[in-house]
Amino acid sequence: MRLMLICLSFLALSACEGRQSVLSPAGRDAQDVLSLIWVMFGGAVLLWLLLAAIFVYVTRVEPREMPRRWGEMLIVGGGVIFPVILLGALLTYSLPMMKPQREADPGLKVHITAEQWWWRVDYELPDGSRVTSANELRLPTGRRTGLVLNAHKVIHAFWVPALGGKVDMIPGRETYLSFFPEEPGVYRGQCAEFCGASHALMAFETVVMTPEDFAEWLTAEAEAATAPASGEAVRGAQVFTREGCGACHSVRGTPAVGQVGPDLTHVGSRKSIGAGILNGSEEDFAQFIAHTESLKPEVAMPSYNHIAPEDLRALVAYLKGLT
Amino acid sequence: MTKPASLPVAEGPYPPSEAALAEPVPQAEQQRGAEELRAAWKTPQGWRYVTAVNNSEVGKWYALTALAFMLIAGVLALLMRVQLAFPDMTFLDADRFNQFFTMHGSAMMFLFAVPMFEAISILLLPAFLGARDMPFPRLSAYGYWCFLIGGCFVLGSLLFDSGPKAGWFMYPPLATKEEGIGPDVWLLGLSFIEVASIAAAVELIVGALKCRPPGMRVNIMPLYAWYVLVVGGMILFAFPPLIAGDFLFELERSFDWPFFDPTRGGDPILWQHLFWIFGHPEVYIVFLPSIAIAAMIVPTVAQRPIVGYSWIVLSAVGTGFLSFGLWVHHMFTTGLPQISLGFFSAASEAVVIPTGIQIFAFVATLMVGRVKLTLPMLWIAGALAIFVAGGLTGVMLAIVPFNWQVHDTYFIVAHLHYTLFGGMVFPVISGVYYFYPFMAKKLLSERLGLWAFWLIFSGFNITFLPMHLTGLMGMPRRVFTYPESSGWGWLNLISTLGAFIIAASFAVFLYDLLRPKKAQGEIPRNPWGAGTLEFSHEVPEEAWGVRSVPHVTSRYPLWDQPQLVERMDAGRYYLPDAPDHQRETIVTSVIDAKPVHVQRVTGPAWITILAAIFTGGAFIFPTFHIYTPAIICGAFAIVCIMYWLWTTTARPPKEEMRDAGLGLRLPTYASGPDSVGWWAMWITMLGDATAFASVVFGFFFYWTARSDFPPEGALHPLGLWVGVAALAGVAAWALTLAAREANMRGKLGLARAALVLAPLAAAVAGVAAWTAVRDLDPTSHVYPAILWALMVWLVAHLSVGVLMQGYCLAASVFGKLTPRYDADLRNVTLYWHFMAVKVVVTAAILGLAPGWLS
Repeated sequence: MRLMLICLSFLALSACEGRQSVLSPAGRDAQDVLSLIWVMFGGAVLLWLLLAAIFVYVTRVEPREMPRRWGEMLIVGGGVIFPVILLGALLTYSLPMMKPQREADPGLKVHITAEQWWWRVDYELPDGSRVTSANELRLPTGRRTGLVLNAHKVIHAFWVPALGGKVDMIPGRETYLSFFPEEPGVYRGQCAEFCGASHALMAFETVVMTPEDFAEWLTAEAEAATAPASGEAVRGAQVFTREGCGACHSVRGTPAVGQVGPDLTHVGSRKSIGAGILNGSEEDFAQFIAHTESLKPEVAMPSYNHIAPEDLRALVAYLKGLT
Repeated sequence: MTKPASLPVAEGPYPPSEAALAEPVPQAEQQRGAEELRAAWKTPQGWRYVTAVNNSEVGKWYALTALAFMLIAGVLALLMRVQLAFPDMTFLDADRFNQFFTMHGSAMMFLFAVPMFEAISILLLPAFLGARDMPFPRLSAYGYWCFLIGGCFVLGSLLFDSGPKAGWFMYPPLATKEEGIGPDVWLLGLSFIEVASIAAAVELIVGALKCRPPGMRVNIMPLYAWYVLVVGGMILFAFPPLIAGDFLFELERSFDWPFFDPTRGGDPILWQHLFWIFGHPEVYIVFLPSIAIAAMIVPTVAQRPIVGYSWIVLSAVGTGFLSFGLWVHHMFTTGLPQISLGFFSAASEAVVIPTGIQIFAFVATLMVGRVKLTLPMLWIAGALAIFVAGGLTGVMLAIVPFNWQVHDTYFIVAHLHYTLFGGMVFPVISGVYYFYPFMAKKLLSERLGLWAFWLIFSGFNITFLPMHLTGLMGMPRRVFTYPESSGWGWLNLISTLGAFIIAASFAVFLYDLLRPKKAQGEIPRNPWGAGTLEFSHEVPEEAWGVRSVPHVTSRYPLWDQPQLVERMDAGRYYLPDAPDHQRETIVTSVIDAKPVHVQRVTGPAWITILAAIFTGGAFIFPTFHIYTPAIICGAFAIVCIMYWLWTTTARPPKEEMRDAGLGLRLPTYASGPDSVGWWAMWITMLGDATAFASVVFGFFFYWTARSDFPPEGALHPLGLWVGVAALAGVAAWALTLAAREANMRGKLGLARAALVLAPLAAAVAGVAAWTAVRDLDPTSHVYPAILWALMVWLVAHLSVGVLMQGYCLAASVFGKLTPRYDADLRNVTLYWHFMAVKVVVTAAILGLAPGWLS
């Protein structure tokens, strides 16, 4: 049964190409850990089989009496000598992997603050200026980027399995993590420390880009919001103002400067909305605005289910236009 | 410590000669002894049955209650598995799911794993030791009733949708800020149960140290007793940090003292340290007793003495010590310095060595013996297979870079269930099969046992083996739902199916356990051919434990001492009768188990139930922020406990000496280190001191971790009043000591005068300590808050000390305490030794802190 299951899980590994999987790394640190996993996993299976074999041998195959001396040798050999050697080797091999994941890089630094249940993201450029975004992280390949982590009210944990290990985000403390992304792509990250009712619904997309694409994107992200292009979008901007959205959200370049909720300056260009729970299509926007509380239990934003359908459509058009 | 010259000591031949043992006991005497014992140990009938305090009754209730709580927690797990069976399920909403997983973990740990150890130990330890009962039967009964009330209260909160929902480790600020009474239910309800756990631990330690049969030196006692000592010790040092944490936590929740609030100088990480200093040893507190059960079963299966007895003992002790140095591996992702991560990583790996030794010792024993695979052994084999797998993932998890990836994912869920099923559930069920003939005087079904085993073994692996992969594929634990795009759906569905197979196995097991077995007839006394004393039990059952307390000279007396059982039955050994119709057991010396005295043990009582109800009130009312009834309940609880102590403990004996059999005459009263009460006080005080040290640790933690401690311009305690508190507190201690010395020398007037002055001095100390910090505002910042907390801790302990002094004064006036019979005063003095240390340390912090810090 057990063997069968182990085989099954091997087969399954081919099916675990996830965007949020430790087993499909896209960065140097995650790749190192994956090699470590294979070494440890192989070793563990061998050791388990070895012990099971000894057990079956002494109880079933050869249940006759053996000398007491052998028993004592087994205790000292199996309980002391063998593990000391093995664990010594394992520690020496693995612990040095810690260091790079905490290394700072003089280049880009991203400040991420966890809220209940979304992420403030602030890119700090080498000249000290800041670019504010939310619920999505973009990183360049081929270099280390430092993440400075913090939390507002409760403890969260920042985790992008494809890029590396996780670090807790603790109110009143600053923690640090760095990634070395190698494969461009979109990877999912998720809060890993239980943080209340909607803990399960606190995710984000991490977009890994080539350095050139990243530089271009960052320049665009630093810009103020684009003005509404269509008539519907203009009306949507009015709905935005009328409903008081700006009290909590900010859209740079407009009177909306609220700091309570996620920055929406370029929300239309993000891969997801609601902190990684919906994809960011027009329907998703409309859903989220009208049914916030049922999509995300105990969230601070009320459901705007009183907005007339055509107003909602206009509002969505405005937001989708904020690219 | 000086001994009152006037108390007699044991006299007569010891150890007993073979000739004396071979001499038959006359039939009439056998009959008289048996009848007297039967009368003394009679279990109350009818509705008075609940007043029983005997270990065999209390142990059974304890075990069944823990089992019931486990089943409830298991049902919660099934409901959660249904919710997770498919992506985006809406079977449970987020709020309910969060309550369920919090309660599942909390109940399994606090209402099942630890109490089950205590239940089994209370039930079996006296039998392993050939003792009649535990040293303090009423304490076990009190602990049981507290456990029942507390457990129902905590689990009951779910019915009102107001259960805790911040996870079983209750991390602040999430848990401190949570609205409703959930966290208070957790903090107060479980603190209440922790107090009962500590009471049981104290009793078990004293039982293993002082209630062994004559001749059973420490190096021949059953391994189970060693594990009881180790685990009891661990409970004593592990639970107090959590209780101290609960104390700070509840002060923050109820009175807004900001211990874990970073905006006012607090730090949520302090809770994590305190919680895991408890939480990691807790894992071994759960695991070691189960190893202990295996250590009793394996030699029987091999029909050989265990190989590597001393290796196992050293490993158990080693595991106990090491487990206190590993807590940080639960905090690898909190951003601690890498050097300490490396240290704790290596320390965590080191625990493999003692664990490995214990497992290999079992394999070695099976190797040297001629193995017959019985049903209990099959369960042990299953336990080994599962536990080793959990241990191997544990080795992986202690490696920091790997831990950073899988911490707080389903990989952890898989790992912890492998260790707990392999290291607790399987061995305990194995123990139920093995000891059932002893507990119920019936056998369980072999066929149903095989069914239950293979169902749970396959069900368990189907549930939890895929979870390793689920975790590696990125699924965090404690999520109430997950999106379809995650690709975790099929794995979760498999896990859910497996969970129901586990449930089916439990149904089979429970049916077998509880079905009527009248048709079975009388079973053999020693069905497995075991070598240890518990299988000298009587079939059908007699409530007296052992007919006579044997003289033991071997680790496996039933194998090595041929006529032992026969002579025990005949009443050839010690305490074969009960001329006063009182319950007694024999107390021996700690190392050599030489008979020291005969201890009167208490019988059925209502007072323990009343005391538990009132204690429950004192803990439960504050949950709802209702304080007056809580204080009234607390007062009644104290009155009940005082009444119980006054009427049954350390009463001057009618006869000073008792003929204990085989020509040995033993004293019936003991005081100081000879008495079990003194040991219980000493052990309790170690636990209490640990809790105090944890609060003090809090102070130094803030000092080192926070730059704003103390904040600019903070008020400091008033030095003068701190000095007065220190002097008065030390004076109260000195007066108590003086009272003991004066009483011993027969100067009653002087002793009573000292006992009048001592509480006054203690009161002055308390008032002065309060005055010293009165002007500080504990809600403003953590600095005044922690100073206030220290003061509150001190005053509470001073109050208990004052009650004790008053008790001794009354005892002296009413003739319960005399120069010759002074056990109460000796125990109280011991309390005050510890009190003096607390006074000095608290005063040092309150008085010197401003100087050090600025």
